Amino acid sequence: MSAATIDSPGNQKAVAPSANDGGSSRADHIKFLIFALAVLTMPIWLSPIGAAYPDLVQKFAIFGILAIGFNILFGLTGYLSFGHAAFLGVGSYAAVWSFKLLTMNIVPAILFGVLAGGVFALLIGYVSLRRTGIYFSILTLAFAQMSYNLAYSVLTPITNGETGLQLALHDPRILDGPAGAGLPSTNLFGMLTVGYTGFYVCAVMLILAYYLAMRIRRSPFGMALRAIKSNQNRMNYTGFNTRPYTLAAFVISGMYAGLAGSLMAVVDPLAGAERMQWTASGEVVLMTILGGSGTLLGPVLGAGIIKYFENIFSAFNDQVLGRIFDFLPEGLQEAAVVLFSPFVGEGWHLTLGVVFMLIVIFLPGGVMEGVARIKARFDRSRSDTAR
Amino acid sequence: MTIFDKNVNRRRLLQGGVAVTAGLAAPNFFIKGAWAEEFRNNPGSAKSVKFGFNVPQTGAYADEGADELRAYQLAVKHINGEGDGGLLKTMTPLSLKGNGILGKKLEYVTGDTQTKSDAARASAKRMIEKDGVIMFSGGSSSGVAVAVQSLAQEMGVIFMCGLTHSNDTTGKDKKRYGFRHFFNAYMSGAALGPVLKENMGTDRRAYHLTADYTWGWTQEESIKNTTEALGWTTVKAVRTPLGAGDFSQYITPVLNSGADVLILNHYGKDMVNSLTQAVQFGLRDKMVNGKKFEIIVPLYSRLMAQGAGENVKGILGTTNWHWSLRDAGSQTFVKSFGQEYGFPPSQAAHTCYVQALLYANACEQAGTFYPPEVIKTLEGFEFDGMGNGKTLYRAEDHQCFKDVLVVRGKENPTNQFDLLEVVKEVPRADVTYDAKIFGGELGPYKVPL
Amino acid sequence: MDAVILQALNGLDKGGAYALIALGLTLIFGTLGVVNFAHGALFMLGAFCAVTMQKLLTLSRQIEDTSVTFFKAYKEVPYLKIWFGDTGLLLIDYSVPLAVLLTIPVMLLIGLIMERGLIQYFYKRSHAEQILVTFGLAIVVQEIIKAVFGANPIPTPAPNVVAGSADIGTWLGLGPTLVYPWWRLIYLAFSAAIIAGVFAFLRFTTFGMVVRAGMQDRETVGLLGIDVQRRFTIVFGLAAVVAGLAGMMYTPILPPDYHMGMEFLVLSFVVVVVGGMGSLEGAVLAGFLLGILQSFASMNEVKSIIPGIDQIIVYLVAVVVLQVRPRGLLGRRGVMEG
Repeated sequence: MSAATIDSPGNQKAVAPSANDGGSSRADHIKFLIFALAVLTMPIWLSPIGAAYPDLVQKFAIFGILAIGFNILFGLTGYLSFGHAAFLGVGSYAAVWSFKLLTMNIVPAILFGVLAGGVFALLIGYVSLRRTGIYFSILTLAFAQMSYNLAYSVLTPITNGETGLQLALHDPRILDGPAGAGLPSTNLFGMLTVGYTGFYVCAVMLILAYYLAMRIRRSPFGMALRAIKSNQNRMNYTGFNTRPYTLAAFVISGMYAGLAGSLMAVVDPLAGAERMQWTASGEVVLMTILGGSGTLLGPVLGAGIIKYFENIFSAFNDQVLGRIFDFLPEGLQEAAVVLFSPFVGEGWHLTLGVVFMLIVIFLPGGVMEGVARIKARFDRSRSDTAR
Repeated sequence: MTIFDKNVNRRRLLQGGVAVTAGLAAPNFFIKGAWAEEFRNNPGSAKSVKFGFNVPQTGAYADEGADELRAYQLAVKHINGEGDGGLLKTMTPLSLKGNGILGKKLEYVTGDTQTKSDAARASAKRMIEKDGVIMFSGGSSSGVAVAVQSLAQEMGVIFMCGLTHSNDTTGKDKKRYGFRHFFNAYMSGAALGPVLKENMGTDRRAYHLTADYTWGWTQEESIKNTTEALGWTTVKAVRTPLGAGDFSQYITPVLNSGADVLILNHYGKDMVNSLTQAVQFGLRDKMVNGKKFEIIVPLYSRLMAQGAGENVKGILGTTNWHWSLRDAGSQTFVKSFGQEYGFPPSQAAHTCYVQALLYANACEQAGTFYPPEVIKTLEGFEFDGMGNGKTLYRAEDHQCFKDVLVVRGKENPTNQFDLLEVVKEVPRADVTYDAKIFGGELGPYKVPL
Repeated sequence: MDAVILQALNGLDKGGAYALIALGLTLIFGTLGVVNFAHGALFMLGAFCAVTMQKLLTLSRQIEDTSVTFFKAYKEVPYLKIWFGDTGLLLIDYSVPLAVLLTIPVMLLIGLIMERGLIQYFYKRSHAEQILVTFGLAIVVQEIIKAVFGANPIPTPAPNVVAGSADIGTWLGLGPTLVYPWWRLIYLAFSAAIIAGVFAFLRFTTFGMVVRAGMQDRETVGLLGIDVQRRFTIVFGLAAVVAGLAGMMYTPILPPDYHMGMEFLVLSFVVVVVGGMGSLEGAVLAGFLLGILQSFASMNEVKSIIPGIDQIIVYLVAVVVLQVRPRGLLGRRGVMEG
């Protein structure tokens, strides 16, 4: 057992060529346009699966950003951060404080969120990146858990602990002037950013985030990061100092998380400590691996799948199941309800666990590998018929 | 009350419901005209309305959440006139007719709060945005209740709190769109006071172990105020991390601290663990300062008592309600719930059931689902026959005032549910306080869409 | 003085549990190269072996309580009591220690099935995928336990004989104020015995020698014509038994619930890393070290200087140790560093 790596490069190649490396920058741009279109039309095409309502599409976009950012670090450099949720939390707190102290306009909130995520990532990254592999993972985990534990308890004056930081009627909001009777809403220069408007703000950010990530991959910087992933020692031996590169990737990915955190506050002005717990960090890791780490689109898909389970599967009860299986004859309908009820509602965790296992057993490269396989089969059969 | 006749079959009832709906449609039209305003999820002329039940289905409070859900399902049945009618038989004043609400059949959707503010809000938003609920209810922690209550205010959909015990819910963080039937830490302290004096005297030295978050702090403060007023000394109040698991490092300093009372401001799993371990360290059998060492758990629940097993015997605390109460309302509810599910309801189930009924009743009484009118109907509403005696929904802070139970872990249970015995029913007057002491502001009745 | 001794004992106790879980994790990692996120679930399953034993022994005849009419309430009289009287009650009283009889075979079986059925297909896969699949497995196991036993903690008391406290102050000549619960002392002795047993097994048996050699250089040992694989499967079973026993014996201290494994999982990974990946001695050392530091950080004297220190001490120590010693306390170069 020597020099085990967190993510062996050999395995990565299985996915990478078909999904990413192949194709020109022009192909990339076409994919980008399709992606942008798909994101903006989410409220339409998600409607048949019951996911087209503001809160969930917002969550898809926000966690998509988080996962894309995480993937810049993990997918490109192979550094597995287990504390990414801390940056999300810090971004949220910064944004809510901006709403409380400055203005309900979302622009400063987002800027502060990104900045806070970046600065926090710089501090943690500087210390953590002195180590590699699992030692790095545990260092990031330790910092995130410390942040969570303190935010929940002794830092309550800043974070409002268990309840979460919320807006209050008597917040100063020095740029906005006195508030009316009720709590003000977040806005973009007067346009309220709740509901679907909030989603479009998040969607535009997601598209920008995707574009930036795409450019980073293609850039010399991105190449350097991938070289670090495949063999950091060799890079170091050639006199190439990898630290600034990994630190830059870490900070960028922290800023993505900060952006995601601030957007959570934009669409719902509340920041809770639970956002920083290790389970939240673990969720990002799972999203990325589930979708396909190293690919651009995979993490977004992974984020969507997990959020869908959390919000839709958990809401199924026997009543809903009964309605779904309405088309079956009575006896069969009851049998179907009995059969499926352990997997939905309070059992949605069980389904999630089973899905994790199935995907990783049968599709080592995540959902994206599944897509690539289908595409390959399709291509083959098409060339067969052509012949 | 023939409508509650068990032999009425579902089909006939539905037909009846439709007829009533048709009958009510005309006046409804005019009533709606009176408040021409649109409001979120206005059922309009729909035949049914939806409630959202947002309870913990995963995580440490999943069992409590499951019990809350059972109670809600029962409430829906009773409001729709199915089953034995439950508390509709004993509640006074009663506007509900057992035909749904304002003639509309009641349906429900469920969601998982995971006992996390974010997840709870996401789930509530799903109910409001996607499922179109007219009211939502539930929850098993104060953090979640406060977070969700503020969402209710933002969205203009009424939230009927489930189990939440922090003073903040109807104090510092109270909201116009949030209502709490459950009691709070202040009332626990006020109710415990006289019982503690009677059982332990006025010369005691207390040591607090407190869960290190908002609920723990408010409870510590409330209990401290009470005990210090009795003449007790507070030796020390130590904060413990949430979910510490092993509390031994916090318990050993109690042993030789000179304290003769240990107060555990913990809830759920933390309470089960800290109590189990405190007893393991011999605290229950100790003699200090010539007195028997005592442990107090200010907030009890049956599930916690089950988890701590033998260790709860003889330990004092408070609860909102207990199934062994003999009044007509409690007995009726225990009967309905027991016959439906085969075991007695927990206090969480009771408060959730009552909350669902109270909201439905207020709509019926107001003649509309328009939230500002429903809120005004609930504010200052006084009712009886739902357990806990005569109860007031105070207008100033949306807190219910009613009798509070002081209970003790039972020494010789006669059956598997007989874990707590009621020591005293502290009358409502003794636990009532001035709404101003906790500050906070309810906010406006009308919320922009 | 008393306070310091008591906190040291508390720390050793906690450390014992950490060390036992970390030991198993390191064994699996060192031999199979697999990062097992389901290890916390194994700890939890061990605890539920104790619960199952208790449920089996307290199988009861239900005598209806006729004073309750609205639902079926009954007083349970265990069959063991009906059949054997006081001897039966004594058996029930001892259900936690007796659960050893159940825990060892069940956990061994679970370990073997897990390795043959799932883990073996993941030797060559990336650690990220190992994490995902074992995490998925942990959730599935956990949810099954929740479906069977509910989410509420289940009381599993220690036998009556050892329910009280030992008068260790008198033994040590420090006066009668120093007492400590018997069961916690037993847990300490038990974890020490298991740790010693595992080390002795690896050091003094041929089997252990091969395993140790395999941990150093698997390929060479394989080339010598030794079936390393079969032995590693057994090692996995062994690690499952160690985790299970740790969980089973912990039940009188921590009433078990379905989620307890997840809570120990993160902590035990921190322990393993602080000890140094792949080092058994390091895992044990770090387990006890973190346990003791956690106890001392919770003392009021310490908390009054640094508020909230008890919330973060474990993680803070991890950060400091990894800054001073890049591969943990006793870690080897090149393991899991890539």
